[in-house]
Amino acid sequence: MAFIDIRDVFKAFRTGAQSRAVLERVTLSVEQGEFVSIVGMMGCGKSTLLKIVAGLMRPDAGEVVVDGRPVTGVRSSAAIVFQNYSLLPWFSALENVRLAVGAAFPDWTRGDQLAQARRHLEAVGLGAALTRRPGQLSGGMRQRVAIARAFAIEPQLLFLDEPFGALDALTREALQQELARLCSVAERPVTTVMITNSVEEALLLSDRIVPMMPCGDAVGAASTLGASVDVALPRPRSAGDLMHDEQAARVRGHVVASLSESLQRSHRRRPSADASSSASETRLPVVGTRELTYTHAVSEP
Amino acid sequence: MRIKGAIGILLPATGIVMAAIVWAITSQYVPDLPSPIKTWQESKIYLLQPLEKRGEMDQGIALLAYYSLFRVGKGFLLGALIGTPLGLLLGLSRTLHRMFDPIIQVMRPISPLAWLPLGLVLFRKSEPAALFAIAVCSMWPTVINAAAGVKAIPQDYWNVAKVLRLSRLTTFRKIVLPATLPYLFTGYRLSLGIAWLVIVASEMLTGTPGVGGFLWQEYNSLIYAHILLAILTIGVVGFVLDRLMGLAETKLAFASRVTT
Repeated sequence: MAFIDIRDVFKAFRTGAQSRAVLERVTLSVEQGEFVSIVGMMGCGKSTLLKIVAGLMRPDAGEVVVDGRPVTGVRSSAAIVFQNYSLLPWFSALENVRLAVGAAFPDWTRGDQLAQARRHLEAVGLGAALTRRPGQLSGGMRQRVAIARAFAIEPQLLFLDEPFGALDALTREALQQELARLCSVAERPVTTVMITNSVEEALLLSDRIVPMMPCGDAVGAASTLGASVDVALPRPRSAGDLMHDEQAARVRGHVVASLSESLQRSHRRRPSADASSSASETRLPVVGTRELTYTHAVSEP
Repeated sequence: MRIKGAIGILLPATGIVMAAIVWAITSQYVPDLPSPIKTWQESKIYLLQPLEKRGEMDQGIALLAYYSLFRVGKGFLLGALIGTPLGLLLGLSRTLHRMFDPIIQVMRPISPLAWLPLGLVLFRKSEPAALFAIAVCSMWPTVINAAAGVKAIPQDYWNVAKVLRLSRLTTFRKIVLPATLPYLFTGYRLSLGIAWLVIVASEMLTGTPGVGGFLWQEYNSLIYAHILLAILTIGVVGFVLDRLMGLAETKLAFASRVTT
């Protein structure tokens, strides 16, 4: 059995008397030590899915099983990195990380907890900024603190919710490489689920990419997962190599095709489209598309 | 910069002089109202010997203000000690909030003059009755702000608590309290303002030494200049108190600076 088993998850949000389905028939298995990226457009329910998998939110139907046990809350061996850093502004970088270490290893001495926090902040290049508060750090540095906090608890499970979404392009690239390095040197295998809207980012970091898109034609239809694609590229990877790599182009093509097909469907709004045709076999010639921008997404109100 | 500084002093000074002129003119037409100069002449012994103790009520103005401040401090502290946890609890629990909010809304507008007799009935002595009135009148802004502060904690911080699996106590100490601190201090500032308002009423009714007691006694002795002295003292002390709390508030403003 897989390490993470997402089984037929359904989630709807209620606004007043109306209820809108966000996730429908979401099923996915992630093996131990695997790095899986879920790629989808903005507002398609990716974050909701991650919150459910991480145990921050309960699904309305279906279940998530991790390591043979159903998820009912955040597990002690799980770390989450959010897009907006989620650091406590009244504590220094060191204390933000120490707080996580203290909660994960309560029987360590305070000195040990501080040493662990310092070590992980140094690992992300923040050795000189230990005492600074989040308000005194740049966006990239704040996300470094958040990443250090995640790795400092020596997690078995790592959930990344668009971790680089709020960063500028250069910072983003540097941090992506850093994350890849941290994953590769971690003491025990880290099973990672990342949410992103960038296919390139997913290619750079993951073992497997799963597209996420609306499962119907209607405006505001719920989302589901498409067929996943393996990324069997050697590591370490670089953005430059990926640009010209043949396999990368094939994976990119597949993901983009899945996503853009659902886009076109909702553009045309055919009355009798197959509602569940998410697993697409079509491969559109999209070589050369490096970064997707989904500004014309019409599937969300 | 220098010109701006000069104007910063000059304009308020002009306002004060103008108010004094209006006071002086009014005193010409109202025979019982002492003029500013007469007020000064009759009051200067209190101001120039602020720490002199001549009798129970006949004391220097600083001593009288000190008695009042001490009483206000005790009452305010009592109110804060009850109001802070009560407010935080109401902020944390929707059930409790719905249970007690109507009571709070009804208690809030009750005047200190109404609480004081109840305090006298309950405690039979004027001093605890005064403290009771101060505490029960001044705690509501603390309660309401503490509750509002807890409710305003961004979901992000609750998520941090959940993700890090912080214990209830740690969540309270490391997240709820720091996040609510600026709100708490706004509440304290408002509460202290009310406590200072209540002191006069409670001293007047109970006849205890202090600025309010002094005011009432001088009214009864027909020394109207001292009434004005007491009124001005109350105003100035209240102003200084508010400024001091305001300073404490800005010092803590860093905590409310949400960095996302």
